[in-house]
Amino acid sequence: MHPFVLERPRDLSAVLALGAQAGRNDAPVEYIAGGTDMVQLLQENVRRPDRLVSLAGVLDDGIEIGPQGLRLGAAATMAEVAAHQAVIEQFPLISQALLNSASPQVRNQATMGGNLLQRTRCPYFRDVGYEACNKRVPGSGCAALDGENRWHAVLGTSDDCIAVHPSDLAVALVALDASVELRGAGGDRSVPLSDLHRLPRDTPHLETVLEPGEVITAITVPANAAGLRSHYLKVRDRASFEFAVVSAAVAIETDGGRIRQARVALGGVGTKPWRLSNVETALAGANFEPAVLRQAAALAADGTRGRGHNGFKIELMQRAIVRAVEIAGARA
Amino acid sequence: MTAALIGKSVSRVDGRLKVTGAATYAAEFEVPNLAHAAVVRSIVANGRIASIDTAEAERAPGVIAVVTHRSAPRLAYQPHKGLPDAAVGERLHVLQDDRVTHQGQPIALVVAETPEQAVYAAEVVRVTYRNEAAATDVESVDPVLPTGKPAEWETRRGEPDSAFEQAEFRVDQTYVIPRENHNPIEMFATIASWQGGSLTLWDKTQWVHNVAEEIAAVFGIAAENVRVISPFVGGAFGSALRCWPHVTLAALGARVAGRPVKLVLSRREMYYGVGYRPHTVQRAALGASRDGQLQAIRHEGHQETSTYEEFTEALLSATRFLHSCPNVHTRHRIAPMNVHTPTYMRAPGEASGIYALESAMDELAVALSMDPVELRLRNEPDKDEFKDLPFSSRSTRECYRAAAERFGWAQRNAAPRSMRDGRSLIGWGMASATYPMNYAPASAMARLLPDGTAEVMSAASDMGPGTWTSMTQVAADTLGLPIERVKFTLGDTRLPRAPIHGGSMTMASVGSAVQAACRKVREDALARASANNIEEAMKRLGQAIEATADVAPGDETKRFSMHAFGAVFVEVAVDPDLGETRVRRIVGAYGAGRVVNPKIARSQCIGGMIGGIGMALMEHSVVNPRNGRVTNANLAEYAVPVHADAPPVMDVIFVDEHDPHVNPLGVKGLGEIALVGVAPAIANAIFHATGKRVRELPITPDKLL
Repeated sequence: MHPFVLERPRDLSAVLALGAQAGRNDAPVEYIAGGTDMVQLLQENVRRPDRLVSLAGVLDDGIEIGPQGLRLGAAATMAEVAAHQAVIEQFPLISQALLNSASPQVRNQATMGGNLLQRTRCPYFRDVGYEACNKRVPGSGCAALDGENRWHAVLGTSDDCIAVHPSDLAVALVALDASVELRGAGGDRSVPLSDLHRLPRDTPHLETVLEPGEVITAITVPANAAGLRSHYLKVRDRASFEFAVVSAAVAIETDGGRIRQARVALGGVGTKPWRLSNVETALAGANFEPAVLRQAAALAADGTRGRGHNGFKIELMQRAIVRAVEIAGARA
Repeated sequence: MTAALIGKSVSRVDGRLKVTGAATYAAEFEVPNLAHAAVVRSIVANGRIASIDTAEAERAPGVIAVVTHRSAPRLAYQPHKGLPDAAVGERLHVLQDDRVTHQGQPIALVVAETPEQAVYAAEVVRVTYRNEAAATDVESVDPVLPTGKPAEWETRRGEPDSAFEQAEFRVDQTYVIPRENHNPIEMFATIASWQGGSLTLWDKTQWVHNVAEEIAAVFGIAAENVRVISPFVGGAFGSALRCWPHVTLAALGARVAGRPVKLVLSRREMYYGVGYRPHTVQRAALGASRDGQLQAIRHEGHQETSTYEEFTEALLSATRFLHSCPNVHTRHRIAPMNVHTPTYMRAPGEASGIYALESAMDELAVALSMDPVELRLRNEPDKDEFKDLPFSSRSTRECYRAAAERFGWAQRNAAPRSMRDGRSLIGWGMASATYPMNYAPASAMARLLPDGTAEVMSAASDMGPGTWTSMTQVAADTLGLPIERVKFTLGDTRLPRAPIHGGSMTMASVGSAVQAACRKVREDALARASANNIEEAMKRLGQAIEATADVAPGDETKRFSMHAFGAVFVEVAVDPDLGETRVRRIVGAYGAGRVVNPKIARSQCIGGMIGGIGMALMEHSVVNPRNGRVTNANLAEYAVPVHADAPPVMDVIFVDEHDPHVNPLGVKGLGEIALVGVAPAIANAIFHATGKRVRELPITPDKLL
């Protein structure tokens, strides 16, 4: 573990002055919140910041529901949000995604902001015994392309990186049109969650649009996403405490036996949380006939690229969408 | 008189210590003036160290010493082969030359004031390599016969080739099990402290005496000068049978630093620093007549091993006697590769070999349109046809009957995909299980004290099966004392020698020694005091008396074939669209001789069942064929079963079995057989559920789409 100075600023303005940057490995100053991912990365010598800025006690941890929708303070824990009654009632997709993540111990510690900024589980990124990882060492190559890549992405990939974004929460939130509120030296701004993470392209070491010094202060979910019939489906090798092989977040509005509008996002398959507007368009107006759902879900395969061991995900994710829509549609 | 304790469900005597954190594990001993070590490991699979620059590491804060092959003391490495060591080859020598033969090989050691300082300094040791072509792809290495005694590697009875060709019904398939790691929750840890020429080691081990003897041989000192202390082991599953290179490194670091040194492996290092269940490829061919009589079995398999040792396990042993068949051929080969040496993992050999055999039996039952239990009953042998010896006892029929009845097997619809629950496809499958009865020389000492308490001891180990408790039971039962008056001690080379804590032999061996020592001291006390109960005798004697006993097997192995047998029945639910398999019920019946503590024995069997779920559905050390690194060397991506994977119904049946031949206690051991048969029963159930025969473990969702 690279030695670092732990900064413990007293308030947010002191945090901003330190100029930390999340999500890039060459940043000399980084944030730590719950630390459930960061501590592992430090211990494994993957992250080597000189300074680590603790966000403990300086960020909002509130959970509010109002006419504008849902606002989650960046410091709210996964456990708190998952168990929040109004979240369960109006945004069950979020609660479900959280309860399908990690373990109770991790959820007690991990925060909303940290969850969105957790780093990929790509084993080549996380094992410094591999010299090639463009995300960890820009320009060094990608060991996953022709390595063991069952865990890897089939959507949004490039010839430089096929690492999956691992968050379940982000998949649910992107389906619900969530945004993140950022604060930086230049003031506040709001960014749609679908724009927070960058595609890897030829710069996989740049993971988000956060500027140096910027911090996520809250997540907002618009009110029009409330009350939808939804389901978060997670396929994995064991029953719990595992990252998704494939996951599907689906929220639908129904009209009799038909889907009026649908929101569909996938996890475990994309280099970022992956929203599928083409599938959504095809589902709008559709009934729940398996063949109809199947046809709409097939559009998810557009633009996919398998790399060997992960090719099965292209079929599995379509089946996951169908199942999630069926379950959501069957909800009262 | 106290009530009989052998056969009673006594709770763990060390349970409170463990759940309150008061049990002391290897890394937790407080040793004054302790320094800490970290290991630099190779990131190539084959080659030589071209350069190793330690300047920055030596300047790093808190660093006491940086040891490389250039600076390390030359170690004696005298010949020593312990039971868990590979019979052929030479163990890895650490820091003695520039040769690298596998990923993760120790190539330097840092000793520092704190663990963090040691780890940091290890990270800034700069190494360059001269790479050489490495054999790291198990699929491209040609297997060869081991060089040991040939009869064991290839066996033949009857005319297996022609009998197979002539058989009316045939199955001939290949089954693959990938490398698996034990993944005990406790990391390997050693504290080494020299006092002149003597060494004390606090170590995670399943055999303290072997560690003492191995380290004595490595350093060229007398084994009596090495004391090994290991009272608690936080799980091992065989991984702590051998004495691994990190123990040598800890002792080496302590010698160089002139201070006690602690070395704790990280979770990632656990995939490189200790062995693993080897990748196996097996071809099983069965031929049978229309009425289900086996005519021929041809079973061959090979497994990965290192370039420096020929590790082998009992992959094909059970094939030679489990089912009756006149024509049997087995051939066991190894694939030497640029990997570190595999080792024994729970039910080594049997778990893997029986997965192939019992999967093939299921395929044969399908081919014959015969119930798989009926197929096994039709091939029930009346003796060990390989050794031509009678079984000391064999309760397979009763196991099939009892487990099938409890499971409700008679309700099974034999057609694949015929049973459903909602969307889920339900499958019922079964398999046979067996594991040899092992009984080895063991010693124990019992001491009666005037206050009516007793101290009993043997240098045994308890990696979880309950040695602390079961030995206390046997001692108290034999002495005729209440259990709370008996204190059993284990895990120290100063105690009477016990055999290796593996091969399901601890209860048979140490238990028999404890019983003998307690019987001896009790008879002695009663005779000397002319008393007829032990409390009265001790009061009269007014001083402690003790007895030591040694037990050893006689010629029973020449007269009998001795094994535990079992049957495992499983219900799975498979999501036909998403490919997820969840095990819903397991019923296991075991004929394992006498059961000393049904509560702990059941716990051990449940653990085996859950381990079998892991083997069948998720466990897989994903070795990158390009360079030999373990891609998922952590507990997030190497999936082991979690609570939610354990089925709500795990039913364990111990069939009544009295075997006077095996050992004085009449026990056969349970630790390993509990895992055997689970993986094939699950695979067979998945076939029944889906109609898909998956012949490569683990059966993950992608294989069922």
